[in-house]
Amino acid sequence: MKSVYMDNGATTRTHPEVLKAMEPYFLENYGNPSSVHSFGRDALQGIEKAREQVRKLINARDPQEIIFTSGGTESDNLAIIGFAMANRKKGKHIITSAIEHHGVLHPCEYLEKEMGFSVTYLPVDKTGMVAVEDFQKAIREDTIMASIMMGNNEIGTVQPIKELAEASKDRGVVFHTDAVQAVGNMPVDVQDLGIDMLSLSAHKFHGPKGVGALFVRKGIKLHPHMHGGAQEKNRRGSTHNTTGIIGLGKAAEIAGKNLPEKVEKITRLRDKLIQGIEENIDEIVFNGHREKRLPGNVNFCFRYIEGESLLLSLDLEGIAASSGSACTSGSLDPSHVLLATGLSHEVAHGSLRLTLSLFNEEEEVDYIIERLPGIVDKLRQMSPLYQSKRK
Amino acid sequence: MYSEKVMNHFTNPRNMGDMENPDGKAQVGNPTCGDIMEIAIKVEDNRISDIRFKTFGCGAAVATSSMVTEMAKGKTLEEAEQLTNKTVAEALDGLPPVKMHCSNLAADALHKAIQDYREKQKKEG
Repeated sequence: MKSVYMDNGATTRTHPEVLKAMEPYFLENYGNPSSVHSFGRDALQGIEKAREQVRKLINARDPQEIIFTSGGTESDNLAIIGFAMANRKKGKHIITSAIEHHGVLHPCEYLEKEMGFSVTYLPVDKTGMVAVEDFQKAIREDTIMASIMMGNNEIGTVQPIKELAEASKDRGVVFHTDAVQAVGNMPVDVQDLGIDMLSLSAHKFHGPKGVGALFVRKGIKLHPHMHGGAQEKNRRGSTHNTTGIIGLGKAAEIAGKNLPEKVEKITRLRDKLIQGIEENIDEIVFNGHREKRLPGNVNFCFRYIEGESLLLSLDLEGIAASSGSACTSGSLDPSHVLLATGLSHEVAHGSLRLTLSLFNEEEEVDYIIERLPGIVDKLRQMSPLYQSKRK
Repeated sequence: MYSEKVMNHFTNPRNMGDMENPDGKAQVGNPTCGDIMEIAIKVEDNRISDIRFKTFGCGAAVATSSMVTEMAKGKTLEEAEQLTNKTVAEALDGLPPVKMHCSNLAADALHKAIQDYREKQKKEG
């Protein structure tokens, strides 16, 4: 059976060069980077090289603006809770959006419930876009920070980050972006965009799992949330995940090479897949924005069918994908992102996300275009909703 | 996450489709929660002689629908009424805990279809 992996939004294949770069840090340079001896110094040197590699990928000014973490969720938590707690005397209002990853939404809810903060959750239009005007209007005297994601993990919509960051700067608000899906997969320049804090994760761009970073512009104060070590300049205690950090650095270096060409290749495959689905299947809803979109993201809802059934059927054909249906979200409600774009529960339950990476080939796109219509049709034949619609 | 039996019923659903002039028919669930199940039955000499289902829902919803039709076919109405969501789930070698609400539908839909049949009989009688 053919095996097609198109769930790169969930995680990616580790690049073989990344694995190769990590190996000596398991077997030879395994010292604790905080140790004085040569084993420790070698490990520390590797970590500082990785810090520079990450700095370069996002064009930060100084490698010390990079804090290594355990991944995207921790970076989001550190940015939001760490900043809010360190700056709560200046104000207790935060702006975010309704379609953030839970790594941002849940820390915001925590600050609301437990720490007396108030949070504005900006709505989005049906393409998943935040309006800059709404954002500007939401800024209050006591607003200390805003957090708007760069590229949405489900529907791929890329927000007007530069405009939002500029609006924040005008009013003295610190701007954080969850760029976990964007970094390594499209050009991201923190200086050009005017971003104050940015979360990224290695395994979304062919690095290892369990490691990420938070960019924090110099001069911004954070409270650490891991206490018990002086690592990362007292901003994140815990023995360094040396091998993971080395892998993140290498993945960043590889991602930065010929990035525009890679984006072009993935975008072309994405658009072919979108076109193939739209030409071959009716009664579908295109999710997200047509142009302002992550290069590898395809998301549709197929009316009258349910997402998990679709995923199981695709899996039986060797195709790995994901869905925002309730059954896959672990709750009774379908994806909060799809609901925020105005879809009904019924339609949102039938969502399918296909996410491409550099390792996908055109023949895999063709294979999906060939198999998907039959699968959708089979499930619709089974659906009482399809039947009553035809009557 | 699913047993082999669940996957077997999901891949090859038994008794799936429409039924012409059913003796009893019912639909349970709603599209908001993501599960709708429809069951139609034919009754001869107080036994379920034929049964069909249609389902909008996850793998467990499809498998439980398929399984309940297989279990009910040929049974007397009273025997079929003894089937519960629990027995259906057990016949599938169990379901993941979060899916147990899906399996409630299968037995419910069957019981409602039998109820529909009985009400029609009363009216005709």
